[in-house]
Amino acid sequence: MAGKVKWVTDIEKSVLINNFEKREWVQVTENEDWNFYWMSIQTIRNVFSVDTGYRLSDEQLVNHFPNHYELTRKDLMIKNIKRYRKELEKEGSLLAEKDKNGKYIYLDFVPVTFMLPADYNLFVEEFRKNPSSTWIMKPCGKAQGKGIFLINKLSQIKKWSRDSRTSTFVAASSGKEAYVISLYIDNPLLIGGKKFDLRLYVLVTTYRPLKCYMYKLGFCRFCTVKYTPSTSELDNMFVHLTNVAIQKHGDDYNHVHGGKWTVSNLRLYLESTRGKEVTNRLFDQIHWIVVQSLKAVAVSLYFWFLNVNASPSLTSSTANDRILKYNLINDTLNIVMPNGEIPDCRWNRSPPREALGNYQVLYDEEQAQSESAERDLRSRSGQLLGSKGARGSVGARPAAATWK
Amino acid sequence: MMDEGTELSLSIAHIVQRLKGSHLHSQIERQAKDCLHRPEIKLESLKEDVRSFLKTSGGLSQLPPSHPTAPLEHLKEPLAYMRKAQASWEKRILKSLNSMSTELGVPLARKRPGAEQKELINKWNEMGTDEPGLQTLPRVFGPCSHLPVLISLRNPNHDSCEDVSARSHWGLIQVPLNIRDIPQLRQAYTELNLSSGQLGIDDLAHVHPGIYRKQKDSLVVEQDSAAAQQYSRRGCPTGLRAALWALILNSTNQLQDMMHYEQLRAGVIQHNLLVDNLIYKDVKLTASNDDYYFVFEDFLYQVLLCFSRDTAVLEHFKYNSATPPKSYLHEKIHSAGIFIYSGVIPFHGFSMYVAPLCFLYNEPSKLYSVFREMYIRYFFRLHSISSSFSGIVSLCLQFERLLQTHLPQLFYHLRQIGAQPLRIAFKWMVRAFSGYLSTDQLLLLWDRILGYDSLEVVAELSDLSFSLTIAPQAVLADLSTLKVIPLIQIFLFATAI
Repeated sequence: MAGKVKWVTDIEKSVLINNFEKREWVQVTENEDWNFYWMSIQTIRNVFSVDTGYRLSDEQLVNHFPNHYELTRKDLMIKNIKRYRKELEKEGSLLAEKDKNGKYIYLDFVPVTFMLPADYNLFVEEFRKNPSSTWIMKPCGKAQGKGIFLINKLSQIKKWSRDSRTSTFVAASSGKEAYVISLYIDNPLLIGGKKFDLRLYVLVTTYRPLKCYMYKLGFCRFCTVKYTPSTSELDNMFVHLTNVAIQKHGDDYNHVHGGKWTVSNLRLYLESTRGKEVTNRLFDQIHWIVVQSLKAVAVSLYFWFLNVNASPSLTSSTANDRILKYNLINDTLNIVMPNGEIPDCRWNRSPPREALGNYQVLYDEEQAQSESAERDLRSRSGQLLGSKGARGSVGARPAAATWK
Repeated sequence: MMDEGTELSLSIAHIVQRLKGSHLHSQIERQAKDCLHRPEIKLESLKEDVRSFLKTSGGLSQLPPSHPTAPLEHLKEPLAYMRKAQASWEKRILKSLNSMSTELGVPLARKRPGAEQKELINKWNEMGTDEPGLQTLPRVFGPCSHLPVLISLRNPNHDSCEDVSARSHWGLIQVPLNIRDIPQLRQAYTELNLSSGQLGIDDLAHVHPGIYRKQKDSLVVEQDSAAAQQYSRRGCPTGLRAALWALILNSTNQLQDMMHYEQLRAGVIQHNLLVDNLIYKDVKLTASNDDYYFVFEDFLYQVLLCFSRDTAVLEHFKYNSATPPKSYLHEKIHSAGIFIYSGVIPFHGFSMYVAPLCFLYNEPSKLYSVFREMYIRYFFRLHSISSSFSGIVSLCLQFERLLQTHLPQLFYHLRQIGAQPLRIAFKWMVRAFSGYLSTDQLLLLWDRILGYDSLEVVAELSDLSFSLTIAPQAVLADLSTLKVIPLIQIFLFATAI
């Protein structure tokens, strides 16, 4: 075994640095010969940019893939998913099957969405079909809930109209002021009368074949204020937006628990109040959505840390938070750098189950394909997997998921 | 001691009393009347026939299961010195409450003016975002202020020199109550035997078939209360627990239950009680800061405020050593001068009895109904002084005796340095571990409380928790990663002990 792993980071967070130090890795600067670089978004851009970038060697790993924004920028994510679905349809894949109303049966996991100002007219057409509905406006490139607002009248988004004379969208093509507008889901599941969202961590180690892992210890983020779909509260962000960055400014924000629940609490609650079957189905569908979203982004890469935002917050808002993130990074590093050895990008064996820590295998394409090949050899009966049907050209059934 | 015949009659009389006016009673009455018209009923054997008919039609199986040593439990406290201690404790609380009322200038009870009533109606579902002026409210009593009273209990008729048992008791509780020892516990809790499957550990989905049946996409529980209770001893599957507990507790959510809840709610709107402020303060300090229960804050206010107005709770004082407090009211809210209708004065941590139930029931009147049953069957025993097996005094004694048997050297050492184990375990027991265990583990513990109709498991778990967490290091324990049932099994049944 060669020397110790040399690391660099431009993010000064203890959950990272403590993990590097406990492995007795050596800290170096970015100009030196490093093995592992935990980069901020800006740095990634530089490293992989056409003008200023440089090639990584076989012994270097980073924590983002070059086109990470294909999934983390809201407009690109939508574009990719829409394109992915169309491709599947063209191939005649069973996954792209639609019901009699024209809705995708298996791939209907994003609400109706349009890009603004590009699709403004299409949006207006859709809006008029249901003029009492609420829509949510989100800036494409921002995070932490910044710039998000709800509308229920066309007049509220006049300035995104392409034909508008008062439009200030000179720089629309630069993508800086682009927005996506989606049909707002105004009847979310409420617990304790409050709206919440899910923060799940998914690690992708290779993209082709797809190998991804979901961290078992995700969490829910609750709003501090009771949910109401009432139009008089459409601009009350404490009701509608679950981002901690927003909620923590509310009067009722609690610094002990931070408005967070573990996913296992959620599971217990749902199983107890709605039954185990329904709950299992829910989680299966969540896993399904994650895998399909990853497949929709067809880019090859070394490895990639996925989150709704490209850079998951490594800031800890509560003590439990700090513990969670420390362990998360720990488990992540164990998977991508087994035995703490200097990485070799040609290495792409799957880690043994014991080495996963709190991750579970979400999808292992390689394993699934080899199992599928074995099965095909043994029998030609084309077993159906619950309601999902055979996979066809999209790849064999997932290795470890419990999809019924 | 009474003879068996009298005990049984008392037991039956008590059950009949409780059933009167309940939905179940009218059902059984109706069924009984129906079967009188059937040919298979003969006049001579009428009684037996009616009974067997009811049994086959399922009516009797819905009766609340009663504890094997039930009779004593259904009487008020038989031991005089216990009653005396409870009475004097109550006096102190009442005095404290009265002086609080005077100090703050807040009456024990008052009618709300119209505008205030209207505001409360609007805010009923989000009371958590209100009441800024409560910070000045002191606590009435925390759970641990109860402990000194228990420690000072003495049986005036008992001379400790006469103590037949060779070993002296090193703990704080110095009353000679009759509690079960380990062999007896083993016998009573056979279902926890290491060789029997337990849910939550062994994941036996097929344990006790017949308790439920599949109906379309869900599982439906068979309406057999006694069977449900038996089943619960091995732990309930998460998907069935809510239905099973409701069945064991005979908690229904029929129209009259919902109406009753609405009446209570109306009572809350109309009158403000000083104890309401205690409730607010308690929820804000405990449940709102809890990782698991903060989500349900608003439900807790609703349930507890309604609880304080529920005169049906007064029923349980028939077998509670406590007495509902009375005080002179400037405004006659209630003719008997009772300023808290349930007779139960909440204390710091009281809301934690309700909180775990929010994981099971998300409909307020159902949640209320189950909580109330849990309270009048079990939780009241945790904060009143009595000689009951399930009472806090017995639990403390049980804990100390078990620990002394289990880890005599440790106990002795801690006693020498003035660190009595009960001082740590007491707060766990008073809350039946709510807030000290992760919810999934807590619910498994409460499965057994319901299954065995006793709080003894709380004492057993305290002994185990103490041994495994405090023993290595005498600091505050973090029980949240504890796995409850395997510990109890090992303790009771492992041969090493």
